[in-house]
Amino acid sequence: MSVSKAAVLDRPWAGGTRPFAMGSKKLGMWLFIVSDTLTFATLLIVYTYLRMAAPSWPTPFHFSPGILFATVMTFVLLASSFTMVLGVRAMSEGDRKAAVRWIGATMTGGLLFIALHLTEWRSLIAEGMRPFSNPWGDPLFGATFFTITGLHMTHVAAGVLYLGVIAAGVARGRFSAEDVEVSGLYWHFVDLVWMFVFPLVYLMSVSLP
Amino acid sequence: MTAHVPVRPFALVLGLLLVLTVAEVVLAYFHVPPAMMLTALLGLSVLKAGYIMAYFMHLKFERFGLFLLLVPATVFCILLFLGFLPDAGRGMMEGA
Repeated sequence: MSVSKAAVLDRPWAGGTRPFAMGSKKLGMWLFIVSDTLTFATLLIVYTYLRMAAPSWPTPFHFSPGILFATVMTFVLLASSFTMVLGVRAMSEGDRKAAVRWIGATMTGGLLFIALHLTEWRSLIAEGMRPFSNPWGDPLFGATFFTITGLHMTHVAAGVLYLGVIAAGVARGRFSAEDVEVSGLYWHFVDLVWMFVFPLVYLMSVSLP
Repeated sequence: MTAHVPVRPFALVLGLLLVLTVAEVVLAYFHVPPAMMLTALLGLSVLKAGYIMAYFMHLKFERFGLFLLLVPATVFCILLFLGFLPDAGRGMMEGA
């Protein structure tokens, strides 16, 4: 019994040429996201390990500015994910102007996140926090905090640049709807990582009265 | 992607994610043992991550094969990392 080539291509489990029904860019971004997930998972598990092994892990985050800032940053990042969804949607409907506007709103959210985060870093540094010493307890707290939140902030900054390139291209008639969708995947991933950094690094270290 | 994607489900997901975030912050001020706190916070975070992946990242609307490619192996790998954690208590058991 012979099977036609077209029938094979239609069946993902029979070795169709596009088994996931998506272009290589989108699949590539998903695979990158998996590898980056493992990077952040490793860092957060190392953080948890060091914390469990330390006799006195600092809990320096007062409601204001620490927790309040981090909560607002979470809101900003979630809202920017939503504007990115709207940007991808506009592009899929062929509305390039609206896509550029929504991507611009997403970038604004990213920049606001970085601005708030740096303000919060500065207040911790002003309180005497350094990578290998701090006034509260285990000296490694600073190293893990700055590494995890710093790597995440680097991802946000890279995302803002990435979206800037995409928005500039979209405005000049370049890039396809899939290109915008792929940049959206990256942005949502940066948001997703923060959903774990926020509780593990901030909420578990709330300064309880 | 279809020609006209409705906005409403995504707005609802955004609202739910904001509510879950507030719930996490409130929870952080409860006086409960760290292990219970960690479980509750991580549980809510996994829920949030699930919604972000399913809706914002469209995983719910892709072929199921993509989910099978990406998620089980990643989750299994992260669970294997957790095997290191019991070792963190070694110093205390030795009275160091």
